[in-house]
Amino acid sequence: MRITCPFCGERELSEFSYLGDAKPVRPAADAGEEAVYDYVYLRDNVAGVMAENWYHGGGCRAWLEVTRNTLTHEISAVEPAAGAGARQVAK
Amino acid sequence: MKYSIFSLARAALSGHKNWQRTWRDASPKDHYDVVIIGGGGHGLATAWFLASEFGIKNVAVLEKGWIGSGNAGRNTTIIRSNYGLPGNTGFYELSMKLWERMEQDLNYNSMVSQRGVLNLYHSDAQRDAYARRGNTMRINGIDAELLDQAALKKMLPFLNFDHARFPVQGGLLQRRGGTARHDAVVWGYAHAASELGVDIIQNCEVTGFVRDGNSKVTGVETSRGKIGAGKVGMAVAGSSSRVAAMAGLRLPIESHVLQAFVSEAIKPLIPGVMTFGAGHFYVSQSDKGGLVFGGDIDGYNSYAQRGNLPVMEDVCEGGMALIPMIGRVRLLRQWGGIMDMSMDGSPIIDKTPVDGLYLNAGWCYGGFKATPGSGFVFAHLLARDESHKEAALFRLDRFQRGAMIDEKGQGAQPNLH
Repeated sequence: MRITCPFCGERELSEFSYLGDAKPVRPAADAGEEAVYDYVYLRDNVAGVMAENWYHGGGCRAWLEVTRNTLTHEISAVEPAAGAGARQVAK
Repeated sequence: MKYSIFSLARAALSGHKNWQRTWRDASPKDHYDVVIIGGGGHGLATAWFLASEFGIKNVAVLEKGWIGSGNAGRNTTIIRSNYGLPGNTGFYELSMKLWERMEQDLNYNSMVSQRGVLNLYHSDAQRDAYARRGNTMRINGIDAELLDQAALKKMLPFLNFDHARFPVQGGLLQRRGGTARHDAVVWGYAHAASELGVDIIQNCEVTGFVRDGNSKVTGVETSRGKIGAGKVGMAVAGSSSRVAAMAGLRLPIESHVLQAFVSEAIKPLIPGVMTFGAGHFYVSQSDKGGLVFGGDIDGYNSYAQRGNLPVMEDVCEGGMALIPMIGRVRLLRQWGGIMDMSMDGSPIIDKTPVDGLYLNAGWCYGGFKATPGSGFVFAHLLARDESHKEAALFRLDRFQRGAMIDEKGQGAQPNLH
């Protein structure tokens, strides 16, 4: 599996680290326990095409949104996703 | 049929032409008391314990492919009970005790070999942590020995004791740990369960759940028709989220790929199972002579049953750091299996919020050693509607309650467990 970084071009997998499914969004502070449980622990665990966040730590250090098929590892799109990491942990 | 020295001699003297089938390849009936989804080690063990220990013999095991074609055939065959946290310690020892009597129980040679599991330490802090784990094991009645470098030099003279960064200082040894023949475990449970009347139904993929007016699960839709069930148990680790989704459930699980490797066969070298404490590398030697080894999961969601080169490189580097001479051995085969990575690294064996549906999932990459224990406690849950005491903490709602069982202390980041 190689990822084509929009800034650096095609690079080997070990330059990137994985955050996971791009879908979970941290709930508002007053959203309640159920929403926090859902955000922290529950996953769609998609079998098929999934949008996910990768970090190009061994290159341009940009956050990326990679559209990848979890059944085949085929990557169909890689977009810049500035702030994706921060968005997952704080709003 | 019953296997014995006499049946072996009879079959040998008749040119091995009269062996009977190990188990019965059944066709689905209309209704069963219990339907188990998943014909791997855990599903078949559950069916056997239901029939043998809990008196429920009207049981079917449904398998999408052929039995043992999933993770039961893709693991590195290690058995051990060297866990440190309440919830895990007792459960894995229950499983270890069932391994020790499995061949007699099943009348099948599953090649359980208690050749020892050794976790190496490379620093004073790691020695202290292992001493603590060993003490936890011993006060729970499990064998553990802390070995120093001198003892290891006699046992494993080829280790890289003087590694500049990670010298081998000693190890924690569980002599009762070891390996078992993974395929024979599947066939043994299939053999013994089939003898007691369990239907093992292959090429039968579950495509949905049948629900009644109160939304209780009363059966499954399959590629071989509708099958009614008093209760349905899922034992499909790797695909738990996909099957649970058919019942409208989302699970605290991500599916990840774990690779394993076998080298060409060499003369006997490694006496037991050994783990590198400074990287992720573990190795044993199969009876055929190949070194069987593995390391970390790849770290990204996958259902593809194959991994990528960076982890292969990392695992081999770990091997080279520990045993430099294996650099001269050629890698023969490599494969991947799909793991249910749970949010705390521990399994889930519980009722689900859906009436009539029971869950056995989240085994991360430790499911093989749990096979008999998992079957026993899951059968207990299905038969009696309450958790066995050794599985009482493996609850589905533990994440909501903050009662995680997190051996590695990594938090809710499944690719780090």
